[in-house]
Amino acid sequence: MSIKARVLIRPKQGILDPQGIAVEQALPALGFEGVSNVRIGRLIELDVQDVSQLDAMCKKLLANPLIEDYEVIGPDDVGSPGDVAAKGPGT
Amino acid sequence: MKFGVVQFPGSCDERDAILACETVDGAEAVLLWHRDASLHGVDAIIIPGGFSFGDYLRVGAIAQFSPVMAAVINFANGGGPVVGICNGFQVLCETGLLPGALLPNENRRFVCRQLDVEVTSVDTPFTRGMAEGDVLSIPSKHTTGRYYAPPPLLEQLEADGQVVFRYAHGNNPNGSLNDIAGVCNTSRNVVGLMPHPEHAVDALTGSDDALPLFASLVRGVAAGV
Repeated sequence: MSIKARVLIRPKQGILDPQGIAVEQALPALGFEGVSNVRIGRLIELDVQDVSQLDAMCKKLLANPLIEDYEVIGPDDVGSPGDVAAKGPGT
Repeated sequence: MKFGVVQFPGSCDERDAILACETVDGAEAVLLWHRDASLHGVDAIIIPGGFSFGDYLRVGAIAQFSPVMAAVINFANGGGPVVGICNGFQVLCETGLLPGALLPNENRRFVCRQLDVEVTSVDTPFTRGMAEGDVLSIPSKHTTGRYYAPPPLLEQLEADGQVVFRYAHGNNPNGSLNDIAGVCNTSRNVVGLMPHPEHAVDALTGSDDALPLFASLVRGVAAGV
């Protein structure tokens, strides 16, 4: 049985994020004012059989703990009725 | 004296690295395919530049798990000389053979230009033939070359003299901390740098300032150091 998991990876606080700065500077040019602290990370979705391995996966490959923070967010049972309901119609 | 130049899918500077190694009398260089776990008896290893595995996930992150890298790590831990250039530097940082990490350039641009790079430590097999303070004209070409180490590690690297190359004043192209262009490990046999010495071995293409670096490696191996 596979579990759908998501890992959120972000540049560590205090590390300059040039992508975030580029987006932050682009938004006012489009008329969106009052945006600050834009930080760009990545979201990894994966189906795993053993959720307990996720932390080791993050440390060894998915994230570089020297420069990135990672967070495993809400593994959902794949195909469980609750999961379908949570996604709502149209998915 | 035999150099091994590692080739991953996406490497692109391995041919120039071979030519650079072979500028030294008595040196030969062979390609080491990443799927091959044997180092074929080489005396020194170059991890060349390029975009191994498409830079997917993070630069250098996936290459570290190629079979050849287990052999490279053993070789390095046994004191063998290893030099990582550009993407090779990124790979060595990801494996943990070198301290720190390379982050996207501060100015968000691809850097491609000739830079002045100062030798700040001659206590490595790659720089032994130089003098501290020597300034070399070497091209750089990268998007992810901003050297970073958390403050305690950075202080330790500076205190231990592990900064081997620094961008000369006004030449830091990427926002690297302390103008760091290259570092070595604590045992000093593994060196990584962002600029490309393998592209600076013939005056015809702009500079031959990096020739002594490759000659140093050959002399060091011949002398058994």
